[in-house]
Amino acid sequence: MNLSRASSKLKSGLKFVLRRLGFYLMAAWASITLAFLIPRLMPGDPASAMFARFKGQLKPEAMDALRQAFGFSDAPLHQQYLSYLGHVLRGDLGISISHFPASVNTVIGGALFWTLLLAGVSVVLSFGIGTALGVISAWRRDGKLDRFAPPALIFLGAFPYFWLAMLALFLFGFELGWFPLGHAYADHLTPEFSWAFIGSVLKHAILPAVTIVVATLGGWMLSMRNTMISVLGEDYISLAQAKGLLSRRVMWIYAARNALLPNVTGFGMALGFVLSGSLLTEIIFSYPGQGYLLIQAVRSLDYPLIQGLFLTITLAVLGANWLVDIAYAWLDPRTR
Amino acid sequence: MKGLFASRQALAGLALLALFALVALFGPYLVQDPTAFVGVPLEPPSGAHWLGTNGQGQDVLAQTIAGARMSLLVGFAVGFGVVAIGAVVGTAAGFFGGLIDDGLSLLINVFLIMPGLPLMVVIAAYLPPGPVTIAWVLIFTGWAWGARVIRSQTLALRNKDFVSAAIVTGEHPLRIILWEILPNQSGLLVSSFIGATLYAIGAQVGLEFLGLGDVSQVTWGTNLYWASNDAALLTGSWWTFVPTGLCVALVGLALGLLNNAIDELSNPRLKRETAYERRLRAAGVKPGTATAVLLERNVPVVPAIDAAEPVGGE
Repeated sequence: MNLSRASSKLKSGLKFVLRRLGFYLMAAWASITLAFLIPRLMPGDPASAMFARFKGQLKPEAMDALRQAFGFSDAPLHQQYLSYLGHVLRGDLGISISHFPASVNTVIGGALFWTLLLAGVSVVLSFGIGTALGVISAWRRDGKLDRFAPPALIFLGAFPYFWLAMLALFLFGFELGWFPLGHAYADHLTPEFSWAFIGSVLKHAILPAVTIVVATLGGWMLSMRNTMISVLGEDYISLAQAKGLLSRRVMWIYAARNALLPNVTGFGMALGFVLSGSLLTEIIFSYPGQGYLLIQAVRSLDYPLIQGLFLTITLAVLGANWLVDIAYAWLDPRTR
Repeated sequence: MKGLFASRQALAGLALLALFALVALFGPYLVQDPTAFVGVPLEPPSGAHWLGTNGQGQDVLAQTIAGARMSLLVGFAVGFGVVAIGAVVGTAAGFFGGLIDDGLSLLINVFLIMPGLPLMVVIAAYLPPGPVTIAWVLIFTGWAWGARVIRSQTLALRNKDFVSAAIVTGEHPLRIILWEILPNQSGLLVSSFIGATLYAIGAQVGLEFLGLGDVSQVTWGTNLYWASNDAALLTGSWWTFVPTGLCVALVGLALGLLNNAIDELSNPRLKRETAYERRLRAAGVKPGTATAVLLERNVPVVPAIDAAEPVGGE
């Protein structure tokens, strides 16, 4: 292998990843700025209305701290903006009103684990199973799987996620009693590293995770199936078959690997959607993650918490997209 | 248009959509007041109340029918708004290219990558609740989807001979966009309108379910909000949320069928190969992997961004 060529390939792959990083930093800056502008651009001055609302509830020092963290002061707009940026960059998102005196960071931090667990595991499962089903469905065109699964999954995909979750909770939680009706683990247990606790966590996560997987499976399966079908029409597949290679080998190593790329790009884009859906699913199951926090924040008009959630979720999606880009650069030699 | 009526998918979609449109238009006049207290709360379906009553003792059937109006209205209004903004931004970016395209593409991509729901919640939380707020929020967070597809289609059209001819003859750019480019992507405009409406109905139901709508109004989203607020699940009253969810899904299905049919029409290759396969099967030949058909009509609603596409300053 020509060494200098290899290193120049690596360099352009790195260039691609860095260019995308630049884009995500830009998007992050845009979202942070949006969170600053929205309360200030809205009619009726909601910011001062918000402070007026909490006048009786918060101590004057807490109000001052909140004003500081949001950059609301009598200073000109650009100074407010700089003060706000400084606080966000230092990771100071202010104080939660509904969880006073806890800071927004503490409140979100406590819920982050559960969302990462639930949404993370279900997204990976849904992507993996959906992609594999798509490969098999395309390989056995007009087989049972290919005829029945796509229309059924399209139909399931037409329902709002959270409504499917309601139905699942009603059927399997309430009627059949197979699964608990909510929360992340049984009330009498304390978080610890024990079989009883882990078992309880699993039991509580199965139903919400399955609804997310079922609702999102169809998209991955269909896009994989479609790309796979066009890849199967390529000459190199016919050649591989003519050579007498095992069809399993042709299916997975020759065809699926090349058909995977559009799905990987779609994966990054869909993360935001999946996350939004899983936030609503969490609410149905009273699962103590970001979604559950979000509805509490909305109901108690806890603006600092709403903004903090917006920023953490957005930054998490941007970060995940960057990781997907790294995977893409690694999978697709053309970016190198 | 003739082709649209020949497709079974399109007919089914149109019929279903027409049914819901009729319900939305005339339904509210045919049922009793959906906000009236008519019976014992959470009464299961019976002869008097076909779909039972909800936690406030209101008739669920009346609520479901009355909810259709606002939900569909907001859905179609947002669909129109998304396509209108998308058409302006997308054609401008694709037609003028250069710095304008770089700037607008960056804006589009930033909006595409931001997770929708949290952004919607942040904006909606500051505005007075109501359907108009929801519509604006959904247009603000959704316009980039329309702009993205219209931009790439405009880019493709920009290089066609008839557009070059128009440019050479010195026609005004606005005239070229309005008379040469937009009419040639009418199929795309219609399908993005359908896609955006689909998105709007789902997102609206989600936002209202969160309590960000006007909860005193009767829409499909607020129906679900009250169902969850009144602990419908913990009391086993399935009739308070099943009808609304089915309606949302049926409207989604109708729009999806229509979109598939339009895709098939605007992509004749799809249809030709389907017909070819049917002929093969009629002759007793099983189409194998060699007769590959790219079923683009089944591409999921979530459009994929091309990561290899240069973004900004490139």
